[in-house]
Amino acid sequence: MHKLQIQGLTKRFGGLTAVNNIDLHMDDNEIIGLIGPNGAGKTTLFNMITGMYIPTSGKLFYQGQDITGIKPYKITDIGIARTFQNIRLFLMMTVLENVLIGLHTRTNTNLFDAITKNKRYRNEEKTSHKRAIEILEMVGLKERKDEYSKNLSYGEQRKLEIARAMASNPGILLLDEPAAGMNDNETAELTRFIKTLKNFGLTVLLIEHDMRLVMNICERIYVFDHGSKIAEGSPKEIQKNQQVIEAYLGKGA
Amino acid sequence: MIILFISFMTLIPFLGFSPYIMRIMILSGIYIILALSLNLLTGFTGIVCLGHAAFYGIGAYTSALLAIHFDLSFVFTAIAGGVVAAFFGLLLGLPTLRLNGTYLSMVTLGFCEIVRLVGLNWMSLTRGPMGLTGIPFPKILGWVIDRDAEYFYLVLILIIMTWVILNNLIQSRAGIALIAIREDEVAAEAMGINILKYKVLAFAISAFFAGIAGSFYAHYASFINPQSFTFDESIQILSMVILGGMGSNLGVALGAIVLVSVPEMLRGLQEYRMLIYGAVLVIMMLTRPQGILGNPKALKIPRNN
Ligand SMILES: Nc1ncnc2c1ncn2[C@@H]1O[C@H](COP(=O)(O)OP(=O)(O)OP(=O)(O)O)[C@@H](O)[C@H]1O
Ligand SMILES: [Mg+2]
Repeated sequence: MHKLQIQGLTKRFGGLTAVNNIDLHMDDNEIIGLIGPNGAGKTTLFNMITGMYIPTSGKLFYQGQDITGIKPYKITDIGIARTFQNIRLFLMMTVLENVLIGLHTRTNTNLFDAITKNKRYRNEEKTSHKRAIEILEMVGLKERKDEYSKNLSYGEQRKLEIARAMASNPGILLLDEPAAGMNDNETAELTRFIKTLKNFGLTVLLIEHDMRLVMNICERIYVFDHGSKIAEGSPKEIQKNQQVIEAYLGKGA
Repeated sequence: MIILFISFMTLIPFLGFSPYIMRIMILSGIYIILALSLNLLTGFTGIVCLGHAAFYGIGAYTSALLAIHFDLSFVFTAIAGGVVAAFFGLLLGLPTLRLNGTYLSMVTLGFCEIVRLVGLNWMSLTRGPMGLTGIPFPKILGWVIDRDAEYFYLVLILIIMTWVILNNLIQSRAGIALIAIREDEVAAEAMGINILKYKVLAFAISAFFAGIAGSFYAHYASFINPQSFTFDESIQILSMVILGGMGSNLGVALGAIVLVSVPEMLRGLQEYRMLIYGAVLVIMMLTRPQGILGNPKALKIPRNN
């Protein structure tokens, strides 16, 4: 049984087939790359995995459980968390609060606990605070915890988004272009960081245009073009694949 | 600090204010509860509700009818008023599944009108435009509240309860979930927050406290009719929240006091009164759009997509 299994997944928007009959699978503790030219359907696939789009056809399984068409908030609870291509932080909240929201599915004080501030509430508050700080430490944002997230640099915002997603303790982490807009230093740092995620036992599906990053950290890579999967394999195999080269550089390259 | 403030408040009735001033303070108290409750929905969750007066009215009528027909204690009638209002809040929260923003606000406006019309036309229950008269004094465990000082204490107790409950709620896991919904619904849902559940919850809790305020008002005024719970009233409460500062409980409480007392202070100016009042609001919003105590950064949230 695969950790994530996608079978014949298709998404149409009117006449446009954004994702076309995709098969894909991931196993525990793998770091998988998803690449392809603009408009290839990568983000659309993420949106289907996380329940934000309902697939036109096809099925999704998480640890053998059919999760097709399940609401996004339940998908997070089940164990799949994501970041967004166009950063979507809670800008008017502090760095720490952003991570606390990421802990939402892993906490359970009810209204009565909250209103009375009873022992259960105080205990949970303490443990979530501690956990949030731990996660911020992992991504190197601990010192910035009380800053409004909108005051962070672009690279820091990307890292905070990853931290927030990690807070839900996901079985699979989906990262949508985490290096976009980062300078070389930041990208190198991010590369090291994603590698450490593997040591934390995470399973990562990564969309990225930065080829060096992808080739450097992914064990397997899927290549999309115009909604279809045109190749899959190890970084070496992908680099040599004629179809991939054509998709990126145009025919005749 | 808080203890100092509360002890100061308990002294107020002994300071020999005129009945007129006492009345303004008690009215301010009612509006503080209304503004605090609306702040949960509008300030923290980001839902602009134009029908808050309907919850206020539902609480008032429920409480008044129970007191008139069954002579029940205020503790019971007030809770009943809150619960019935919360039930309607829950119903009004359900369309949030499909509607957002301006469209949802239109639904709340329509709801306010419907409640007013039902109040006007359900003669056998509400006596329509004639309203309900002879609403008994509030009774709590045999203590009958019939003096201004006692009303003052009662409303003070209600404000403190509302304040503590709403404040604790905002700081909790549920509270930050509401703020997250206001900030970015898509991201909030991706964090595992059940948007519908939390929005309905915000509606119900907000309506509950508005209903309690209505109960108090009914007993205090001893007369209510549908004219007290119109769309204008909703706007008045919303203005308190916006003027005071959305998302700041202290701010909206101040907003309530200002918007109740300033028109009274200007009473001597007769018809110019509302003109000046309007001008003050406009100038205020131009110079300090976040409200008296609102977070200056809380407005004009930059969108990066
Ligand atoms: N909600 C939508 N409605 C209509 N068309 C959409 C929608 N979402 C995506 N598309 C279309 O689907 C196609 C695939 O888009 P998608 O965002 O998945 O591409 P991508 O591979 O993530 O590209 P990029 O590298 O630019 O992020 C595009 O043509 C896009 O315009
Ligand atoms: Mg994309």
